[in-house]
Amino acid sequence: MYPSRFSYDAPTTVAEAIDLLRRAGGEAKVLAGGQSLVPMMKLRFASPEMLVDINNIPGLAYHSADPDGTYRIGALCRHEDLEKDAELVTQQPTIAAAAPVIADPIVRTRGTVVGSLCHADPQGDWASVMSALGGSIVAEGPSGRRSIQCAEFVNGPFQNLLEFDELAIEAFVPPPVGARSGGYLKLERRIGDFATVGVAVSVESSGDQVTRAGIGLTGVGPSTICAEAAAELLVGQDLNPETIHRAAELASEISQPRSDHRGSAAYKRHVVATFVTRILSSLELATREAA
Amino acid sequence: MTIDEVKIGGLGASRPRVEDNRFIRGMGNYVDDIVLPDMLHMEVLRSPLAHARIRSIDVAAAWAIPGVRLVLTGEMMASRNLAWMPTLSYDTQAVLATDKVRFQGQEIACVVADDPYIAKDACEAIVVDYERLPAIVNPTQAMADGAQIIRDDKENQHDNLIFDWEVGDKEGTDSAFAEADVVSEIELHYPRSHPSPIETCGSIADFDRATSKLTVYMTTQAPHIIRAAVAMVAELPEHMIRIVSPDLGGGFGNKVPVYPGYVVSILASILLERPVKWIEDKTGNLISTGFGRDVYLRGQMALRKDGKILGVRMHTDSDHGAFFSDAQPSKFKIGLMHSAFACYDIPTAHLTARGVYTNKAPGGVAYRCSFRVTEAMFFQERMVQGAADDLGIDQAEFRRLNFVRDDDFPHRTPFGFLTDSGQYGKCLDIGLEAIGYEDFLKQKEEAKNRGRLLGIGISTMTEPLGAGNSREYDILGIKMFDSAELRVHMSGKAILRTGAKSQGQGHETTWAQIVAHELGIPADDVVVEEGDTDTAPFGMGTYASRSTPVAGAAVSMVSRKIRAKARKIAAHLLEVSEEDIDWELGRFYLRSSPDRGVTIQECAMAAYSNVPDGMEPGLENNAYYDPPNLTWPFACYIATVEVDPLTGVWDVLNVVAVDDCGVRINPMIVEGQIMGGLTEAYAMASMQFITFDNEGNCVGSNYMDYLLPTAWETPGFELHEVVTPCPHHPIGAKGIGECATVGGPAAFVNAVMDALKGTGVRNVDMPLLPDRVYEALTTSSDVSGAPPIRTD
Repeated sequence: MYPSRFSYDAPTTVAEAIDLLRRAGGEAKVLAGGQSLVPMMKLRFASPEMLVDINNIPGLAYHSADPDGTYRIGALCRHEDLEKDAELVTQQPTIAAAAPVIADPIVRTRGTVVGSLCHADPQGDWASVMSALGGSIVAEGPSGRRSIQCAEFVNGPFQNLLEFDELAIEAFVPPPVGARSGGYLKLERRIGDFATVGVAVSVESSGDQVTRAGIGLTGVGPSTICAEAAAELLVGQDLNPETIHRAAELASEISQPRSDHRGSAAYKRHVVATFVTRILSSLELATREAA
Repeated sequence: MTIDEVKIGGLGASRPRVEDNRFIRGMGNYVDDIVLPDMLHMEVLRSPLAHARIRSIDVAAAWAIPGVRLVLTGEMMASRNLAWMPTLSYDTQAVLATDKVRFQGQEIACVVADDPYIAKDACEAIVVDYERLPAIVNPTQAMADGAQIIRDDKENQHDNLIFDWEVGDKEGTDSAFAEADVVSEIELHYPRSHPSPIETCGSIADFDRATSKLTVYMTTQAPHIIRAAVAMVAELPEHMIRIVSPDLGGGFGNKVPVYPGYVVSILASILLERPVKWIEDKTGNLISTGFGRDVYLRGQMALRKDGKILGVRMHTDSDHGAFFSDAQPSKFKIGLMHSAFACYDIPTAHLTARGVYTNKAPGGVAYRCSFRVTEAMFFQERMVQGAADDLGIDQAEFRRLNFVRDDDFPHRTPFGFLTDSGQYGKCLDIGLEAIGYEDFLKQKEEAKNRGRLLGIGISTMTEPLGAGNSREYDILGIKMFDSAELRVHMSGKAILRTGAKSQGQGHETTWAQIVAHELGIPADDVVVEEGDTDTAPFGMGTYASRSTPVAGAAVSMVSRKIRAKARKIAAHLLEVSEEDIDWELGRFYLRSSPDRGVTIQECAMAAYSNVPDGMEPGLENNAYYDPPNLTWPFACYIATVEVDPLTGVWDVLNVVAVDDCGVRINPMIVEGQIMGGLTEAYAMASMQFITFDNEGNCVGSNYMDYLLPTAWETPGFELHEVVTPCPHHPIGAKGIGECATVGGPAAFVNAVMDALKGTGVRNVDMPLLPDRVYEALTTSSDVSGAPPIRTD
């Protein structure tokens, strides 16, 4: 690959990284996994003057749960780290379902979850997952740390709310209210393809009642869509076929897909509804009969 | 002592591939691995527009970048009479655009610089002023009244038609249709695809000022043809040109044509008197080099109620892009499309074919296909399924009813080819047995009652591989023979060279096995070299599954010449007359006293140390082989699928392949070829296509948009065989490299269509992407044509 000329630095502390970003004045890009950035540089769609490689900064590769259940994913946690974590299926079922369908195995070994969130590709999977889970991004800049809700973090295709001198340190998911269940379904034409449609569903429940729910949609709008009405409809209900059907319809209605070579808008809308239905119906919480 | 042929790596030995030792350890020697002293690097600037007049090109800023050694534009090429070059189909193709750009990705300028980064920066600094013209992206637009004429550079070109061609018996076919009980009709599109070898195209041109000799290291499947083409285009004497095709990272037909990058790198090396390397990037390869397919069919079959096919009509409209540069035998405008229906006993057929120019990349190469045979067999098997459905006859039974019988050879096909052997019924029966046909039909019915959609698809065919005999096959007038040269050293070790050029097929392994079979020299004692025009004998190269049928036959023939001479030497060593000795593998012996004999190795030593009086010393020879006919491998491919009615996603349940490629030289390599072919067949059926929007923008310019299946999606394959030796090939072998790519797609498509049977859907054109299948299911109507680029 023959990208445009750029300079490169590999700091060993977060403070140093932030200082480099500050001094570059918006002309630097952070290199974590590089699985989106490097191809874009190859195609010269991105021509940053500087790369700040954070891979030498220790202590950012974690993914772990706090005692209170808050789940944290560090800036250098690779997709594969989550894919290989067997405990995740019960702890974080939506994340566990998404991790193995991110891109392809090669990308998953290098690419990072936080990097993918920052890249803010409308067809990226993690933004839907984290939005459904009510997750946030922790950004650190010269004036300290702040948290930004994932649902608000992305403010357009390939745009996020980070200041040029801020580094995304981690993503976190708040503790559940009750038991956590959920799933992620992705329609792709082939492994490694972007989602034609991706649907993330997170359900928190107490007894057979839904206490909190989130539904995130990938690939069916200018950026990730939070199907809030569909999710709210579930709260206080049990998951009976009628509720599921109405939630699926609401999610489908709020999606804004475009017709393209991956399919017509009508088709994508239909797949949104099908996937919402399939995920919710597959949960243990789901009842067979309408209440 | 009798030699065990399999032990010495002869015919039938699944000998591990010799070349894999270096390939899998990353020690291959590809063009990009070659570094010459003082080498410069070339980059190509490509057109972002599909159709536009060039008002001006400003290269000043590119020249100003330090490290830039040369900037070449069409105008500068024209001053040397090199702006245009001939194609393999008697047309012309722009090397660097002068008047207009005619497809997105067309070569506009080249920069040669000290390193590739500088060359790329300099390309970006070139300013081109365009006047946009409307783009034409399909045959309908191309043939419309008042359509913009794409090739206004050609004096006598008043529309976008390239050819209007026909073959077969029109009157006979018309009367067959007049007698028909039922006429079955179908319209199909075989979408544009790309062979997409992992290694892109590239070259290093090295003009030696001291000797005036030009050496070009080049990614080519046909180095000897390229030498002739370079001599013609560059007006250099042929003996002062050496083409070296080193290890190739795949070809699949993509590396047959001459590309502008090769030509400009040669000129640049001559002008600068330094080696110039050009390595195409993946996007450049996908958007500008030889594509495959892009043919529309209107097909009709005249049928009798009892299931007999009375006649066939085919009309094709093919989209060749901006320059007609198909790689094909000269006299057949749409390649071997008329090889369709060769396995069926059909009295008469008629094919009309039109080819058109469009604002798309040129180079209709045979993508793992013997000259449009892939389209022919796909159309055939989709038509056959449609006909069986129209008659309400079981698809297997319908085929059996119409197959050419085993005792009916040689058989004249409805379009006039002569097939020489086949056991089509047996091949189908093995396939049906393996897939569990009757059981599956029951399962399918039961599943249907539970709302699940299962389907089974069959594809049976025989195809012509191994062009070809000199009566009918030539490229630009050069007959399609091939060659081999064998030198047996005094120790009995040997070097073999052929005019073919492996791109991964394993020639280094299999050619040595043929020598082992003919001479009893262990395959490990034979080194195989190809691809250097200074050392290898002239040959037409490797494509169209022609290596084993033609070059492989030459290997047999040259080995037999060596054996004939060795026999004379053996008689001399045994002090008897030639008539008194017999041959067994690796050894001549006295018929009257079999214990007395000499090995081929002893004969080799004698050839350099003790030849009979009057005999030339040495044990070397060559052979040029002009095959009497094409070879006709045949196959039956069966796939079963389940379609998800709510998403249109279909999963492959099972795939069975039954192939007859005659005698198998290396069964492991044959199986690898079949699995690779089935993978490509699955890719064509399910995901692989290049499409264009209305402005002629290519969608499919990288591997995110141009989908190649990975190990993850690709289903498993169950392989079976029938062996009917080719009657005219020296060892009874036939081509196999392309069979599964050719015959496979229809099995997958027929399976999905079978699952949709009864819904009113007759056809979904490839690729059967989930949204297209879903649309067909929910609208109960066909989904036809190239996948449109629909934007809201």
